[in-house]
Amino acid sequence: MCTVCGCGTGSVEGHHGHEHHHHHHDHGHGHGDLHFGQGPAGVEVAGMSQARLIEIETDILAKNDRYAAANRARLAELGAFAVNLVSSPGSGKTTLLCRTIEALDAQPLAVIEGDQQTANDADRIRATGAQAVQVNTGKGCHLDGHMVGHAMEHLDIAPASLLFIENVGNLVCPAAFDLGEDCKVAILSVTEGEDKPLKYPDMFTAARLALLNKVDLAPHCDVDLDLYEANLTRVNPGLEVIRVSARTGEGMDRWLGWLQSRLAQKANRAAAE
Amino acid sequence: MHEMSLVEGMRRVIEDQARAHDFARVKVLRVEIGRFACIEKPALEFAFDVVMRGSVAEGAQLEMIDLAGRAMCYDCVAEVEIAERLSPCPLCGGGRLMPVGGDEMRIKDMEVI
Repeated sequence: MCTVCGCGTGSVEGHHGHEHHHHHHDHGHGHGDLHFGQGPAGVEVAGMSQARLIEIETDILAKNDRYAAANRARLAELGAFAVNLVSSPGSGKTTLLCRTIEALDAQPLAVIEGDQQTANDADRIRATGAQAVQVNTGKGCHLDGHMVGHAMEHLDIAPASLLFIENVGNLVCPAAFDLGEDCKVAILSVTEGEDKPLKYPDMFTAARLALLNKVDLAPHCDVDLDLYEANLTRVNPGLEVIRVSARTGEGMDRWLGWLQSRLAQKANRAAAE
Repeated sequence: MHEMSLVEGMRRVIEDQARAHDFARVKVLRVEIGRFACIEKPALEFAFDVVMRGSVAEGAQLEMIDLAGRAMCYDCVAEVEIAERLSPCPLCGGGRLMPVGGDEMRIKDMEVI
């Protein structure tokens, strides 16, 4: 800051955020040659006053993305495959996860459970014998990279293991927050209505795989499973869809095969490095 | 609802900038928001007023710049601009489009004194 006028015009023009910046402190005092205009003069912005303009060009989620990148680096080192499970509340995420864990048998894995309140889900996961940590977000509507980083510290994540992150049940906000996972898997149950992908396209766009769950209930709900799939691939033409029922076990072998092949790819990549 | 946490992220960026650049007050903050970004603009404005209280950006003007939504058409394999997330391809009329841009949520710059 300028010690004479205290105006702080020893102007530091940030360029591309924090990557590099250069100082200008060449304005003289008392000879009408004050260069306050380092910012606005150098950048054409209609309507900007002679106050300084600081370029930032930073993603609003930059901080979250840094935490997510650290989580991703740690998982890559371990060759562990992380899935971010996203859905509305009540789609059957936890039941599906319990059945998945039971079917995976001896496969090393860990679970992070996100909910606003209660440890109910982590308790259900632990009942299967798997290690789980519950993250309560309080008022928060999604998990973020920072929460997941801390949760990972509480887990023993083995090399070539699976990490399941069950996000807060919410079809909106979790789409925007990278946790460092390998991919998002969206779970949509047949009781929710065929138009959910059209109403909440962001989540299904962000996902690589959609599990259409509770297909055993389809005959009782007057729903069209083909329409579910058509709407899913309309919002995300690259989306894979697997029809499952956690209750009857239908389709579970395809889901387990999908997980195991993705895990093998990642573990091999880590081993090769 | 997550607009609140987004604005908390903005406040952290502004506070880091205030330490690095030594300014007293933010007059205008300009953010670029893609057409498909997970942001509801009135909610962001509301959260901005609330979250910035007590910071150097209290009372600052929030300017939002819209960025176009772009998508890849799986039918004609062109990259096109679309107004709505579920709009058909303006070239071939196809309905299978994958967003490739327009999810930006970026703080562009700020005017400070």
